[in-house]
Amino acid sequence: MHITNVTNQHSASSAILSQAKGRGSSMLRIIASNPKIAIGVGVVAFFVLIALAAPLLTPYDPTASIVTGSLPPSSEHIFGTTGLGQDMFAQIVYGARISLLIGFCAAIGSTLLQVFFGLTSAYFGGLVDDVLSLIINVFLVLPGLPLTIVLASLASTNAANKNEFVIALVLLFTSWSYGARVLRAQTLSLKEREFIAAARASGETSLRIIFAEILPNEVALVATTFIGTFVYAIGAEVALEFLGLGDTSQASWGEILYWAQNNAALIVGKWWQFVPAGLCVAVLCAGLTFINFGIDEISNPRLRNEKPPKDPKQTKRVAA
Amino acid sequence: MRHILRRAGFYLIALWAAATFNFIIPRLMPGDPAEAYIARLRAQQITREQIEAIRQEFGVDPNVPIWKQYFDYLNGILHGHLGISVSQFPMQVTDILRQSLPWTVGLVGAALIVSFCLGSLIGMLIGWKRGSWYDTIVPPILTFFSAIPYFWMALALVYVFGVGLSWFPTDSGYDVYSATPGWNFDFISSVVQHAILPVITLVIGTLAGWVLIMRNMMVTTLSEDYVLMAQAKGLSQRRVMLNYAARNAILPSITSFSISLGLVVSGSLLTEMVFNYPGIGFALFRGVQGNDYALVEGCFLVIALAVLIANFLSELAYAFLDPRVRRS
Repeated sequence: MHITNVTNQHSASSAILSQAKGRGSSMLRIIASNPKIAIGVGVVAFFVLIALAAPLLTPYDPTASIVTGSLPPSSEHIFGTTGLGQDMFAQIVYGARISLLIGFCAAIGSTLLQVFFGLTSAYFGGLVDDVLSLIINVFLVLPGLPLTIVLASLASTNAANKNEFVIALVLLFTSWSYGARVLRAQTLSLKEREFIAAARASGETSLRIIFAEILPNEVALVATTFIGTFVYAIGAEVALEFLGLGDTSQASWGEILYWAQNNAALIVGKWWQFVPAGLCVAVLCAGLTFINFGIDEISNPRLRNEKPPKDPKQTKRVAA
Repeated sequence: MRHILRRAGFYLIALWAAATFNFIIPRLMPGDPAEAYIARLRAQQITREQIEAIRQEFGVDPNVPIWKQYFDYLNGILHGHLGISVSQFPMQVTDILRQSLPWTVGLVGAALIVSFCLGSLIGMLIGWKRGSWYDTIVPPILTFFSAIPYFWMALALVYVFGVGLSWFPTDSGYDVYSATPGWNFDFISSVVQHAILPVITLVIGTLAGWVLIMRNMMVTTLSEDYVLMAQAKGLSQRRVMLNYAARNAILPSITSFSISLGLVVSGSLLTEMVFNYPGIGFALFRGVQGNDYALVEGCFLVIALAVLIANFLSELAYAFLDPRVRRS
C-alpha cells in the first residue's frame, strides 16, 4: 500500500533504457543531459578517485603515530592529527576505501537478494509469492537499524569476528527488503504484458523469462534501489563503527568518529577530529541520492523541472 | 474485519520472527554470550557448578535439547521475563526497559509530528511554485542535510548550541540535580529544554523525506483535471492549493508514516546515544558496550514490538479512511 507511490514514479522505468538506445546507447548522454545525475556522478567519481589514489595523495601511513597529540590543521597536516597523532587527511583518504568498499559490497549483495526475492515471488505468484512476500514484509516491518546493531553486537562476541566483512554481511542481511518489495510490485505489472505472454508461448524457460525478458525492463528501478541501498549501507556502517562495533584499529570514517567521541574531542573544541569525516559521509551520500533523483526524473517525466503544463495565470484568464 | 484480522496475524508472525532472530543468532555465532560472560569471571576463579548455573541462567545449557531451550525462551518472553542485565546487575531487563520506553516514545513522537507538519507544509509550497528558484534550491539543501549521519548532526548541535553557545543542556533527559520527576513545572520545563536539541536533530534528518514526497505528489496532483476545474471556477489560489491540491497530495505521506516510523526510531537510537538521553537507544548503547546480550536483545524486542504496534494502528487508521483497502 505505501509502495504505490513508488511504483507510480517508476511506472515508466524502461524509459531510461529506451532513451539510451534511441540516442545511440550512450550512458554519457544521459549523465550529461540531467544536471542532478551529472553532479551526483561527479561527487561519487571524486571519492572513488581519492580512494584509489590514496598513496599518491598523502605520504603518511594512516595508522602510524607521527606526532604527539592532536594538532590543529596546518600546512603540514591539512586536516590536523588525531588524538594518537595520526595524520587526519591520510585517515580520511584511506578511510574512503573502506567506506566505499563495504557500502558497495553490501549494496551488491543486497541488490542480488532484492532481484531474486522481488522477481521470483511476483513471477511465480501463488504459494511461492505468499511465502516470499511474507518473508519480505516481515523484514520490511522489523526496524532496520536496531536489528543491525543487535546482529553486529552478537556477531562481534569474540574479537576475531570484529571486522568490516562481518559488518558488510550484517548490512546486506538487513537492507534488502524494501527494494525487493518495489521490484515485486513492478514485476507484477510487467508480467501481464504481451511480450511476456509471447515469450511463454514460444517455450522459453521461467528462468530465462525472469532474467532475460523482465529484468532488462527494470534496469532503472534496480539501479535506484541499488543506489538507495548503497546510501543506507554507508550511513549504517559509519553508525556501527561509531558505536564501536567495527575493527577499532582500522582507519575508516566511522572509526575516526568513534575515536573522536571517545577522546571527547568535541568538549575540548578539537573540531577537526570529527568535521572532515562527517562531511565526507554527508557529501558522498547526498551525491548518490542526487543520482537517484536524476534517474527518477528521467523515468518519470512529470517530475522534471520544465515549464508546468498548466500555467495558473493562463487558466485564470480562461476562467475570467 | 477479515482484513484487520489478517493484518493482525501478519504482525504476530513478524513479532515471532523478531523473537526467533534473538534466539537463533547468538547460537549461530562462535562462542555464546554465556561463554563471553564466563570468560570475564574466570579471573575470579569460578567453579564448574557456577559455570553450569550461569549457562542455565542464559538458557544455553548444552544438556537441554535445543527445541526445549527455544520453548523456554518463548515462554519467558510471554511472561515478561527477559533475563537479568549483566552490565547493570542485578536489574531485570524488563525494569530497565520500562524506565527507558517513555523517553523514547516522547522523543520520537514529538520529532515525527514536527517533521511531518513542517515537511508537508514546505513540500506543498515548493510543489505549488514548481520551477521557481526556491524549488530548485530547497530540495538539494534538505537532501544534503538528511544525508548527514544522525549522530554526527547530534554531535555538531552539541558542539555549537551546547558547548559553544550554552543555549541548551546536552546531557540526560532532565536536570537530575534541581528537578524531581513528577507533574511539577520544574520537571516538565526541564524535560522540554533537554528534548529540544535531540528533537531538532531528528527533524533535520527526516525533513527532506516529507518535503520530497509532498512536493512530488503536489506536482502530480496539480496536473489533475479537478485542479484545473477549481481554477476555472475562479476560486482563490490559496483555496485551490489547500483544499484541492494539497488535500489529495497528502494521502501518500500518511501511508508512508509507518515506514518512516522505523527510520525515526533508528535515528532516535543514535541521537539518544550522543545526548545520553535516558531512552531505549541509550540502554541499547550501554548493552552493546557492556556485552550485555540480554539487555541488547530486550531492547530490540521492545523496539520491534513498539514499531509493529504503531504500524498496525496506522493500518487501522488507513482502512478507516480509505474503504478500498478494506475490500481488497
